[in-house]
Amino acid sequence: MKVVQLLLLGLSLGSIYALIALGFVAIYKGTRVVNLAHGSVMLLSAYVVAVVSERAGFTTAVLAGLLTAAVAAVAVERIVAMIRTQDHLVPTILTIGVDIVLAAELSRRIGSRVLSMGDPWGDDRVEFLGTVLPEARIWATLVCLAVIAGFFVIFRATDFGTRMRASSEDPETAALMGISQRRVAMAAWAIGGAMACLAGIFLAAFPNAGLDHTAHVIALNAIPAIIIGGLDSSEGAVIGGLVVGITQSLVQGYSEPLAFLGHNAYAVAPYVVMLVVLLVRPAGLLGSKELTRV
Amino acid sequence: MSDPSRRPALLRRGAPWLLVLAMLPLPLYLDGSWLIIGILGMAAALGAIGLTVLTGTSGQLSLAHAFFLAVGAYGYAFLAGEPDEGLAHTGLGLPPLLAAVLAVLLAGLAGLAFSPVAARVKGLYLGIASLALVFIGEHVLRNAESLTGGFNGRSVPALSIGGFELTGREPELVVLGVPFGERERLWYVAIVALVVGVLLARRVVDGRPGRALRLMRDNAAAAASMGVEVRRHQASVFVFSSLFAGAAGVLSALAFQYIVPQYFTLLLSVTYLAMVVIGGLGSVAGAVAGGFFVTGLPLVLEKFSGSMGFLAEPGSGGLDATMLARIVFGLAIVLVIILEPGGLAALGRRLRVPLRRP
Repeated sequence: MKVVQLLLLGLSLGSIYALIALGFVAIYKGTRVVNLAHGSVMLLSAYVVAVVSERAGFTTAVLAGLLTAAVAAVAVERIVAMIRTQDHLVPTILTIGVDIVLAAELSRRIGSRVLSMGDPWGDDRVEFLGTVLPEARIWATLVCLAVIAGFFVIFRATDFGTRMRASSEDPETAALMGISQRRVAMAAWAIGGAMACLAGIFLAAFPNAGLDHTAHVIALNAIPAIIIGGLDSSEGAVIGGLVVGITQSLVQGYSEPLAFLGHNAYAVAPYVVMLVVLLVRPAGLLGSKELTRV
Repeated sequence: MSDPSRRPALLRRGAPWLLVLAMLPLPLYLDGSWLIIGILGMAAALGAIGLTVLTGTSGQLSLAHAFFLAVGAYGYAFLAGEPDEGLAHTGLGLPPLLAAVLAVLLAGLAGLAFSPVAARVKGLYLGIASLALVFIGEHVLRNAESLTGGFNGRSVPALSIGGFELTGREPELVVLGVPFGERERLWYVAIVALVVGVLLARRVVDGRPGRALRLMRDNAAAAASMGVEVRRHQASVFVFSSLFAGAAGVLSALAFQYIVPQYFTLLLSVTYLAMVVIGGLGSVAGAVAGGFFVTGLPLVLEKFSGSMGFLAEPGSGGLDATMLARIVFGLAIVLVIILEPGGLAALGRRLRVPLRRP
């Protein structure tokens, strides 16, 4: 069953994108910045995982990667916090600057190598419902969905989550209630960074060949996801991620009947879906419409 | 403090013209490799002006600038190119000057076609939405082989009027003992284009449309209640910036003489963003300075990389000129935003003030 196979593969790819997208949204809701250095943070932490797992095993490497990602994301946040202008575009532009520097240095270090994550799944495959799926992708789906579920539970049910939601709703009132906006911002970026690290590991694992220096561009596939879902909606990010993953998987799987779309049409298909969504619902499927007060 | 209107009007208006005047005789002294750096700098300056008006003056982020440059560049190559049976790609064979004008208009038209999105979403949201254009554009460039030559790209015909090539070597021309080839001639075409671009942009930024755009940026509701049609202005400024990008595309294509899709990627859009940030968001003069700086730096570094011991050979995995230049822009963006948000433009203003003190 080709359709089922493609849908399941799309679901697993989509859950990885959903994790990246959720990181973008968490950071945006926490600080109103679209962190365009997200891809480089992902590349950096995946690079650390690849390097450490060679010497100290996969588990240690993942922990090191998560820590690196969180620290790097918080470092970017600290740089963003140094901005004194009020212009809301400027912080996002600054993250582009950080992205250029990080990506240039990492691509110099990685060069033309393709690094292995050293994960325990290798290229094992599992038969499931008459389809053959890579074991790494099954783990990707399970881990990503579990992390996403954990994120929602924490945000709905804990004090920490309440503080985060209050700050994103109305930063000034939240600050007056004694919630440190600085801590909220750092927490949001650390969470977003750690999510990017997990996503990076799974993106480099089988069936992909490994980590190369262009991996940070793949994180941009989460951009259609957040636009489709709505920039300020966590649920939207997850739905958008799944839409992007399934779209890519289907277009790639049916590339022969879709040959008129050109080579590698699957890479741009999410952007086409995103344009359609923008035309129909400019704020995204679940995003909040902008209200203007005169 | 620094009130520019108190400066003598002659000096204030004359300084940019003096700069243009100083650029005129340069082809007599500089060799081709320096001229091409200047020409590419002028092309970039033109494109950066469009982006600084869009991002700085009206507060709309765009990462699609590379797409509109591509429309201008490929539009010109297609409209002016001769249809050739032997080659894979087609052309209309229009007179090159007409083709250049039409290619710029084509880029504007592409901007207009995006206006259902550009007029409705704004600021940051538009910036990340415009990513779609870069990726879809790159895909089309690689796949529409009869128009673009696909992966291999296509050559760009020279600009000419009535048989006189403005950017080629026919007929032969020698001025004061210096042979005037492609680069020497293109130098003057680029100066004309840049001067026209700067004058146009100044009119828009300093005039009524500029005031409307700034008010919209700061408070859309206030602008609407003052009678500014917000959506129409939002769409128009996007078209304006894509026209400038188209002109930059035509000029770059003429300088390269051969265009490939690998040039018109997200990295190019980001490079343009670096120019306007380093120059100072919203400043036309800053955009010109930023365009020259960001374009010139990697080329100059490459030129001297042989004599600079710490730079590695390109592709050797070490720190080569392109990589170093990229790290320098990245750092420059970060440092400029934190230390001097007004960019080179603000720096220039600050340096001028003490000079005028009695």
